[in-house]
Amino acid sequence: MNRRKAEEYFFRVLMFISSTIIIMVLLHIIYSILKAGLPHLNWDMISKVPEGGYYFGKGGGILNAIVGSLYVAIGATSLAFAIGLPVALFMNIHLTKWKKVVNGIRFLMDLLCGIPSIVYGAFGFTLMIFFGLRTSLLAGIITVTVFIVPIMIRAIDEVLMTIPRGLFESALSLGSTKSEISYRVFFKQSIAGIITALLLSFGRAIGDAASVLLTTGYTDYIPTSLSQPTATLPLAIFFQLSSPILEVRQRAYASAVILIAIILFISLLARILTYSYKKNKINY
Amino acid sequence: MSQTEISIKNLNLSFEKQQILKNINVDIPRHKITVIMGPSGCGKTTLMRCMNRLTDLNTQAKVTGNIVIGGRDILHTNDDITEIRKMMGLLAQRPYPLPMNIFNNVAYGLRISGRKKKRFLEKRVEHYLRQVNLWEEVKDRLKDPAAALSIGQQQRLCLARGLAVDPRIILADEPTSALDPISSQLIEEKFAELKSSYTIVMVTHILRQARRIADHVVFMYMGEVIEQGPAEEFFENPKMEMTKSYLKGMFY
Ligand SMILES: Nc1ncnc2c1ncn2[C@@H]1O[C@H](COP(=O)(O)OP(=O)(O)O)[C@@H](O)[C@H]1O
Ligand SMILES: [Mg+2]
Repeated sequence: MNRRKAEEYFFRVLMFISSTIIIMVLLHIIYSILKAGLPHLNWDMISKVPEGGYYFGKGGGILNAIVGSLYVAIGATSLAFAIGLPVALFMNIHLTKWKKVVNGIRFLMDLLCGIPSIVYGAFGFTLMIFFGLRTSLLAGIITVTVFIVPIMIRAIDEVLMTIPRGLFESALSLGSTKSEISYRVFFKQSIAGIITALLLSFGRAIGDAASVLLTTGYTDYIPTSLSQPTATLPLAIFFQLSSPILEVRQRAYASAVILIAIILFISLLARILTYSYKKNKINY
Repeated sequence: MSQTEISIKNLNLSFEKQQILKNINVDIPRHKITVIMGPSGCGKTTLMRCMNRLTDLNTQAKVTGNIVIGGRDILHTNDDITEIRKMMGLLAQRPYPLPMNIFNNVAYGLRISGRKKKRFLEKRVEHYLRQVNLWEEVKDRLKDPAAALSIGQQQRLCLARGLAVDPRIILADEPTSALDPISSQLIEEKFAELKSSYTIVMVTHILRQARRIADHVVFMYMGEVIEQGPAEEFFENPKMEMTKSYLKGMFY
């Protein structure tokens, strides 16, 4: 066997082994959560808020945390999208002349993506104290928004970066203004990627415990206004898991199954949407 | 001698320290095909990008001189740049259709200039698609994505889309270099037809193509215009030594 063939063989084996390990680990995690959680998942879990004595293993469910998490994640993802899309478009269309500035922004965003979410939580908490606000849904939404905005911007930015200059220049020579290019051309070309960015950000938002730990508080009720505190799924899992009572710990796993199911549902929805929006995309 | 459509005077362009265009003086005649020729890297694309101010996109590019179109120096005007660009349709080295369906690709330019009536758009889109011989091929699938067309069809779609904004000038930068021979021939034939109502400026490095369609030739080398003039004279009776050796195929 010559050197090139050996090299090819080596890398093929290496890739096979590493992908197998990753898939096995992932499957194992999902398997253990399902095994521990599914038997304790019942309709009450997802349709009721905690009743008296829930935390000692009595009746009720975690509807408060499900709804709370959806409120926080949907709110934060929408806000982050409303901020992130224009910023990413602006970076790739209006700032094309200032490459250094754009690269500076990218570096900063990458840095922000790397900061652990507890730091954002602490930052949100200090702001709340400064303004004299109490833990609330709004505080949680704002904190999580700040936490996922860099992710949103960079994810959309990466998609926009793949659009060739020629398309930009063609659109310019048709007499388009830069905003027309932003929303009529670049946005349309990258819808599929933008949906992925939304999904990525939503996943981070709904799954993160640290950023809501200090900001949303925790309550057994479903919030009816932005100024009320709210429960969230990651915290529900965290609190139940640290209980000395077995039934409660089992429900923590059931809650994790619910969280995974939500993420799975959103991913599938995104896939379907991506598929139907992809048809006008041009593969240059 | 016909009228001048674009008059380029003492045009210089440099990227940082490197001078790319050196004192260019060119008159481009109206309703003729002017071919810009020269070895690759000599500045043909850059010269063309000056004409519709795509050079604005490079901060490092320093441009001096004048480009006068219709009595207006487009390099030094406060007029709306989008209006200037709309006077010129651009055909790039490869087609860049917009990420939308075939109909909307042609309607795009009309829509952004505020012409939104459905009936009007339908008429115009058909008109321009017919003008580039694409109508028969796509009339039953106007709602299909432009990406579904072949490269040659896409290039004709891009031409139709450019014509739809009603330009006076067509700028084409090696528009056939990505196309198969038949599609290339279609584009050449279209240009020959369109020149009765448009001024066409085309960059090419294919000598035979230049011979086939040029009315007027500008020959460049290393950022300078070496020779320019009516095609017949240029090909039959070149004045400069460099032009002669280029035409003999001694360098590309
Ligand atoms: N954005 C740019 N920055 C720096 N140099 C450039 C840029 N664009 C083109 N050039 C240089 O300008 C010269 C002319 O390029 P171009 O106009 O593309 O030549 P042609 O189209 O005749 O092949 C080349 O030497 C090229 O390297
Ligand atoms: Mg070129």
